Amino acid sequence: MWRIASVTAAVALALAACAPRGQPERLGGTVSVLAVWGGEELESFRAMLQPFEERTGVTVEYEGTRDLNAVLTTRVQAGNPPDVAVLPGPGQLAEFARQGHLVPLDDVVDAERMRQEYAQTWLDLGTVDGRLYGVFVKTSLKGLVWYNRPAFEAAGYTVPQTWDDLMRLTERIAADGRTPWCVGLESGSASGWPATDWIEVLLLKAAGPEVYDRWYRHEISWEDSAVRQAWERFAQVVGEPRYVYGGRQGVLATNFAQAAFPLFSDPPGCYLHHQATFIQDFIQQQFPNLRPGEDFDFFPFPAVDARYQNAVVAAGDLVGVFRDTPQARALVRYLASAEAQAVWVRRGGALSPNRQVSLDGYPDPLNRRAAEVLRSAEVARFDASDLMPEAVNSAFWRATLDFVQEPRRLGALLARLERVAREAYR
Amino acid sequence: MERWLLVGLAAAGAPAVCAAYVVAAEAGLRRMPPRWRQAARPWVWLLPAAALLGVFLVYPTLGTLVYSFRDASGERWVGLQNYLQLLSDREVQVAVRNNLIWLAGLAGVVVLLGFVLAVLLERVPYAPVAKAILFLPMALSFTAAAVIWRFVYEYRPAGTAQVGLLNALLTHTLPGFQPRAWLVHAPGNTLLLVAAGVWVWTGFATVVFSAALKTVPQEVVEAARVDGAGELRVLWNVVAPLLAPVTAVVATTMVITSLKVFDLVYVMTNGNYGTEVLANRMYKELFNVRHLGRASALAVVLLLCTLPAMAANLRRFLGEAGR
Amino acid sequence: MCVLWLVPAVGLLVSSFRPARAVAATGWWTVWADPQLTLENYRAVLQTQHLATSFANSLVVTVPATAIPLLVAAFGAYALAWMDFPGRRAVAAALVALLAVPLQTTLVPVLRLFTGTGLAGTFPAVWLAHTAYGLPFAVYLLRNFFATLPRDVLESASLDGASPPVPFFRLILPMSAPALASLAVFQFLWVWNDLLVALVYLGGRPSVAPVTVTVSNLVNSLGGGWHLLTAAAFVSMALPLVVFVGLQGAFIRGVLAGAVKG
Repeated sequence: MWRIASVTAAVALALAACAPRGQPERLGGTVSVLAVWGGEELESFRAMLQPFEERTGVTVEYEGTRDLNAVLTTRVQAGNPPDVAVLPGPGQLAEFARQGHLVPLDDVVDAERMRQEYAQTWLDLGTVDGRLYGVFVKTSLKGLVWYNRPAFEAAGYTVPQTWDDLMRLTERIAADGRTPWCVGLESGSASGWPATDWIEVLLLKAAGPEVYDRWYRHEISWEDSAVRQAWERFAQVVGEPRYVYGGRQGVLATNFAQAAFPLFSDPPGCYLHHQATFIQDFIQQQFPNLRPGEDFDFFPFPAVDARYQNAVVAAGDLVGVFRDTPQARALVRYLASAEAQAVWVRRGGALSPNRQVSLDGYPDPLNRRAAEVLRSAEVARFDASDLMPEAVNSAFWRATLDFVQEPRRLGALLARLERVAREAYR
Repeated sequence: MERWLLVGLAAAGAPAVCAAYVVAAEAGLRRMPPRWRQAARPWVWLLPAAALLGVFLVYPTLGTLVYSFRDASGERWVGLQNYLQLLSDREVQVAVRNNLIWLAGLAGVVVLLGFVLAVLLERVPYAPVAKAILFLPMALSFTAAAVIWRFVYEYRPAGTAQVGLLNALLTHTLPGFQPRAWLVHAPGNTLLLVAAGVWVWTGFATVVFSAALKTVPQEVVEAARVDGAGELRVLWNVVAPLLAPVTAVVATTMVITSLKVFDLVYVMTNGNYGTEVLANRMYKELFNVRHLGRASALAVVLLLCTLPAMAANLRRFLGEAGR
Repeated sequence: MCVLWLVPAVGLLVSSFRPARAVAATGWWTVWADPQLTLENYRAVLQTQHLATSFANSLVVTVPATAIPLLVAAFGAYALAWMDFPGRRAVAAALVALLAVPLQTTLVPVLRLFTGTGLAGTFPAVWLAHTAYGLPFAVYLLRNFFATLPRDVLESASLDGASPPVPFFRLILPMSAPALASLAVFQFLWVWNDLLVALVYLGGRPSVAPVTVTVSNLVNSLGGGWHLLTAAAFVSMALPLVVFVGLQGAFIRGVLAGAVKG
């Protein structure tokens, strides 16, 4: 009896959640949105917005900048924030929330429904001091190594299982007179972020999740040996000119969006490229004829310590509300829905944090596999740099650039990061 | 539509308000005793300008001075701490080094090149066209100039087609030349940013020097030639000294420009790869690090650096006024 | 030398008319061998990158920010040039000193002021700021010019019993037309081309962002998308180029006179 009652209750709740809230509201007006997307990603976001705009009559004023952190701070300090911003990480979200700039979303979205549709981890990441401030609109799986499958197999290479394997493979490719890696760190004002992904995955897969957590919370120093080792392992790749396409200057000057392209030139400019799931979108835009899973593929970044083989790094974009308007509320409710997120998922390049988006909705086997990995991961950690205070994050980005230029300055760079961190985590 | 109304209102309305203010104030003055009227009138006319300058230049400059001794949020006094932190920060040291490169590079090259071009253009028939072309970049924003020069310096790895002019030119003309990612190699990259600045500013110096050359009395030059001095000697010993005041004006302008340089660096490299400059560092401290105190301290440092230029301006002005 | 000077700008112009694939694959100078031209890039930046709106915003910012300081400065310059009063020299010297103040020094307090009054992110905020930043130079230039006007004209007007506003509007302003034109051109370019003031007080919201801010955002988000970047940059340059070509005399005089402006 009790069981039936609870099932009925659950069904009722589900129905309530799915039922349209009255007539689709013709709100009209505008809502301004600030985010980092440009190019193809922006096209996908626009496609995602289209049904919303049609249904509600609200016009979305979109502004994109890679210098999001500075631009958003400028605007918030000037008392002129956008209505809605899509933040690249919980670190920033927490800062703005604690300063009182963000509107709590607890009564904007349906809390019950959110709990049903989202994994608790994602909700926790959007929660600051017990209140929900950010909802994830898309996520990505980081720490993947992409390769040109036919070329890779034709050369007789095999997918490495451990870091040592990976370095042996790297050396073997170089010994064959080829270039193993493509790395591109240029990203305008945000230059350097792809390198922070390297360091994060190397730290997580060598020292484990506990150390990783203590690192981004600044409970261990930047000069700690675990952190230092992650940097040094990164240097084993980028510090060796034979290992990277274009040498060190290629690493620094190549835009992240184009970095993967030499994988597919003939003969291949390189054989391996470390990047998150979203890069697939860039690859397919450039080479529309490549078949995902057959012509190119990924393998998870191999573990340094076998215990952490299944740990993954994820990232995602959270939408937060800076100005409480009916249009902003409507937009956030919409962006949180499976309906909205399925749009970007179908176009490729995004994983949805919303469990209602079915795995069948993913356009190809690669996207689907990544979504599965993310949903079933035993140990998932969020991108650490995006969890750090903005001052540390931007210093981290720049430090990686200085490091690639002069790896022997590592000690001084870490000491500076530690100084910045001491001031920022208060 | 609404915004054009606003523009019309502001463009026509604000001057109208100003004019109405003057007319009304004068009407008020007429009711005063004549003696007061004479004393009050100049201030009535100066008031709008003085008020705006006070609110947007004088008061904020003093405010910045005060903030520079306070903490990140501008609430607590911290004494000299911000300045001490800046002194020991390597990013700031790099910025100071680069500002010096800008100073020497931009001011030095622009003055020299501007002078040489002005002299050369004296002797060619198509001088007006040439001057217009040299001057053209002055009409562009630094943002546009930054896009133009980023494109010139664009790098593609060896073996692929170079779309950046510089790399294409060098790979074609120099056998064995490897394409170079110009903007990532410090400290040469700062020089390349300076080159973009030189491109923008040289026309300005050329036109100023050309105008000044026209005022050099021909007899003096002829006299020197008759005495048997070579052209270069005439230039250096006779013409250059006569142009000293103009040179001072150009140099002062360029010094101030190079100290404050922001847009070019912000758009081209954002201060990465060792191209940091003080103004960009300040922007970062303000909006990335969110440290009001240190950002203000950097602004004060910039102000201090411009003081000599300010003093030179003042001295020149007081000299002119005295005459 | 002149060719050298034009080449980078020509490269920009040519690339902005080439199809995306061509821009990415070959240098712009190959256009002579393979002339494919398109307006697609312009359509793209104007429609999808808010550039058309930004262009309008730049006008909205620039027109009042040029008109207002002109008149306010003329009042002040009139007092400094034609009236005798104690402290005149000191006021003029203070103006000269203010010429060199880097506007960075004023950012933080002015931003707080705008935030406090709710003006931040609105057009009037930049009008006021640009007016104030332009004033020292404008007053200085006009003062020098007014001082050269023939004194007897004004004196004869005063003898007719007219109060100062009459000769000011009837005689001085019309006689100063060349100086006012130079100043207007200079202030126009200064405001149109400004990035920092707009970035800080106005921000990049599409409904208010001027072209400089939008183009610098595009550099960030498009990185290597040169076909769009070049088109966007060229749109931002269009109006200053027209002014430059059309009003070259006033323009050069304005910039020359502006030599001392920091």
